[in-house]
Amino acid sequence: MALITTIYGDMDDALLVKTEGEIDNEDERTRWVEYRLRDEVVHRSAHMTLKKMPVFANGDITLFG
Amino acid sequence: MANSPAMCTSFKQELLNGSHAFGAQAANGVRTVTTKDTFKGALYLATASLGAATTAYSATGELAATGNYVAGGNAVTNATAPTTGGTTGYWTPSASIVWSNLTSSGSFDAMLLYNTASTGSLAVAVFTFGAQSITAGTFTLTMPTNDSTNALIRIG
Repeated sequence: MALITTIYGDMDDALLVKTEGEIDNEDERTRWVEYRLRDEVVHRSAHMTLKKMPVFANGDITLFG
Repeated sequence: MANSPAMCTSFKQELLNGSHAFGAQAANGVRTVTTKDTFKGALYLATASLGAATTAYSATGELAATGNYVAGGNAVTNATAPTTGGTTGYWTPSASIVWSNLTSSGSFDAMLLYNTASTGSLAVAVFTFGAQSITAGTFTLTMPTNDSTNALIRIG
């Protein structure tokens, strides 16, 4: 038995339906987990790793000439 | 309206003015020794309109201060000094940013990194990601690898 923090307080995970998922693309890798009580989402967590950021700034100078 | 990833344009000028210190800098002939600034990451609804034109932190479009979300967001851990690799200067927060026991007021897809030590909470950059909703849970934003190719802030 594990206790899950939900919008109704801590609940036994045996009473809940758990679903998990993962998104992995060039921008991020995200793992999420949901617990539902009947059709209601009572807990959802997400752990996201930011991947390569776009280069935001390109340093440059003007040449005299 | 939508959020767009960008290094804020105003930040680029402020860098030239010495308005942001991601690391401590030694004194020069004009300024005294500065300690590094403090930064925060604030989360914004997918309906907000953050982007390159964002100049400062604003509560407009931010997650509501409910469900254990504190207005202004969470502090960014800054224990790694900026450095260079090749011709790129870069910096990354030294720890994940975590929002615990959170119930978000809506779907959010952006984080604004801003300077809390600055007058006016000057904006640094906007980072976007796949829209999320959190319910009585944890949202963890793990930083990318801190190198010249992947760091959160890179000037190449």
